[in-house]
Amino acid sequence: MIKPSSLQPEAAAFRETVPAGEYFLKVVKAGQSVRILDLEGNQAADTLFYNASNPSERYSAVDTIREQGNVYLTAGSRLLSSEGNLMLEITADTCGRHDTLGGACAAESNTTRYALEKKCMHSCRDSWLVAVTEHEELGMSKRDITHNINFFMNVPVTAEGGLTFADGISDAGKYVELKAAMDVLVMISNCPQLNNPCNAYNPTPIEVLVWE
Amino acid sequence: MLQTATPLYDDLIPGGSHWSLIIRRGHVLRLIDETGGASLGMLLYNPENTLERYNMPDTLKNQHTFHLTRGHVLFSDMGRVFASITRDDLGWHDTVSGTSNADLVARRWGEKTYQQAHNHYHRNGLTSFLNELAKFGLGKKDLTANLNWFSKVQTDDDGNMRFVPEHSSAGAVVDLRFEMDTLVVMHTCPHPLDTATEYPRRPVRYQLFTAASVSDADPCKISSPEATRAFANNALYHLMQ
Ligand SMILES: [Zn+2]
Repeated sequence: MIKPSSLQPEAAAFRETVPAGEYFLKVVKAGQSVRILDLEGNQAADTLFYNASNPSERYSAVDTIREQGNVYLTAGSRLLSSEGNLMLEITADTCGRHDTLGGACAAESNTTRYALEKKCMHSCRDSWLVAVTEHEELGMSKRDITHNINFFMNVPVTAEGGLTFADGISDAGKYVELKAAMDVLVMISNCPQLNNPCNAYNPTPIEVLVWE
Repeated sequence: MLQTATPLYDDLIPGGSHWSLIIRRGHVLRLIDETGGASLGMLLYNPENTLERYNMPDTLKNQHTFHLTRGHVLFSDMGRVFASITRDDLGWHDTVSGTSNADLVARRWGEKTYQQAHNHYHRNGLTSFLNELAKFGLGKKDLTANLNWFSKVQTDDDGNMRFVPEHSSAGAVVDLRFEMDTLVVMHTCPHPLDTATEYPRRPVRYQLFTAASVSDADPCKISSPEATRAFANNALYHLMQ
């Protein structure tokens, strides 16, 4: 569902550009809104959310899609935790659909999806592992890297049980905006994937904005 | 697919229960829906390094599928195959709906404590998984999207999910041939989308067999280039063992 936001970028309390291949890590407080902006189009923002005060509670793709009865995420979707609590709600979306089944790229999944010799290419799960090792104070590790949301990715499911990777429906300037219902740690890998035609083999930067 | 017709082991998990075991490479786990309408929740880990675990997204996207059936393989997050589905009487198994929790079971079928009902109390999938995981030093942080054998969840063109009731009948069989040593965590608590009015309490029989050796022309091994490459990763993993 296309639903623009009334929040103005100039009024944001925080703005940061995240180049492709980098991670983004920040606590968004309950009541704050966070926008992920696709600056140049067809980029994938692979995102994990954690309860900021107890990261063993985290975003759960399967609980979220089951409880909303739909496999796609868009404006109105309520993102649930592994303990069934509301973490964030998608309040605005100019893209229309986001994927949470396809997971993130990894050195190991690149070997199976593309070619065995792709294993040393940079990947989203590498970016997250760097994020958790550079922030030891969080007490997180590979155990915390679970299923994520791929903002701006389009992965259609068919009634016959197929799964396809369609061209992106995002474009330069499209965004998704979420309002936090609890203090959440937001961990994004701005995807460095060079093997996927979805982004025309050209990963590009995103911007993250936060409003009070 | 089986080297022997007589199971090495034969056991029944009652409905609404949980169990776990390590299955060694080269063995087949046969799951049998004893009474019809069963659902078996499952998680998989490498017992040598439990940080390696079943990965639903990699399993789906590597095989361009939303459902699992014969010919598919179950991927770990390390680009390897835990198990191949070598027989399936049903054609569709779910891995996207997660598992039930205490709230969901209480909402759907009411709360029933052990004090009230003894072994007929209402267990839920999440507590069951955590109970078995704790035996291996694992916990909440190790939960991932699980498998739901014998259950079918379909979507329409707009992505709306629908649980298909009566999908599995008595005697339905799924065979999983293990391609590496695997910690298998299971429960028979109700599927979280089950529409039954009474708490569904359906037992699942499981049997272990010795697997026939896996040739280069094995249907699961050549089912997709992605699976073939994952078997190559398995071969490298076993090279030094
Ligand atoms: Zn990626």
